[in-house]
Amino acid sequence: MSDLGLIGMASIIVAGLTIAIGSVGPALGQGRALAQALQAIAQQPDEANTITRTLFVGLAMVESTAIYCFVVTLILIFANPFWAAVQS
Amino acid sequence: MTLSPDDVALFSLGPWTVTATLAYSWLVMTLLVVGSALVTRGLTAGGDLGRGQNVLEALVAFLLEQIRDITNQDPEPYLPFVGTLFLFIVTSNVLAIVPGFEPPTGSLTTAAALALCVFVAVPAFGIRKLGVRAYLGNYLRPSPFLLPFTIIGELSRTLALAVRLFGNIMSGSVIAVILLSVAPLLFPVVMQAFGLLIGVIQAYIFAILAIVYIASGTEAQERTARTRTEEAGT
Repeated sequence: MSDLGLIGMASIIVAGLTIAIGSVGPALGQGRALAQALQAIAQQPDEANTITRTLFVGLAMVESTAIYCFVVTLILIFANPFWAAVQS
Repeated sequence: MTLSPDDVALFSLGPWTVTATLAYSWLVMTLLVVGSALVTRGLTAGGDLGRGQNVLEALVAFLLEQIRDITNQDPEPYLPFVGTLFLFIVTSNVLAIVPGFEPPTGSLTTAAALALCVFVAVPAFGIRKLGVRAYLGNYLRPSPFLLPFTIIGELSRTLALAVRLFGNIMSGSVIAVILLSVAPLLFPVVMQAFGLLIGVIQAYIFAILAIVYIASGTEAQERTARTRTEEAGT
């Protein structure tokens, strides 16, 4: 197989694995955070505003790791440096 | 399929190419400025508010309340910056359902520019609050050995801020395009509605994170000043 085909194959497989594995952890974490927040709101409905806002900020933090994986995937597929090096 | 509105060149202005990002940013800015100007021209203090004034007052009151809750400070100095960020992002995200409109926030350049504004605003507000010495001294607490990590933290949160907005908005439009080729009848509409929700939430998160970072910059200094007076007192 040519270098170009090998790089393309490896990039696509790794990109899929990156986003697949990389989204498992944040998904579990966000689910836990959401469950805890719902429980907290059920126990203290008066604090719902504060809890919701903190939840959003926390979810955004947790989500960052998934977004890093997403960016790596995009780089692998659309801006692969090795691909460009072989083509030139 | 275009990944970013940066790649769409609308027309060229002399030596410069006006991309879709640039043109639609201008469109959003014009909408916001002209809309606000039209509404604020006929302000009344009476009981009979116009529709536009009602919307803007509710919006400003909402933002002021959110900022006050997070910072525990007078929200007025932070309102112009954070409010502008929120309004710009929410307008461009919501306009994404207009056919032909490419949300400028779906390009990494716009998102990075907005995140850089936050990156600059954090020390700017911090220095305005307690001066240069106290703010920079803040970096050396609790220990000077942590200075590299503080700096890395500042940089990586700026990166995360930019990529979070870009990733969410861009993936929304990409998913719509992919679904159009897979199941063109109803699913794209559902995903567009979902994207609308995501757009508003992302604008909220961006503004909230900006104010959390700004607040952390100013609050830590207050603590510094307080502990210093306590040390002087003992």
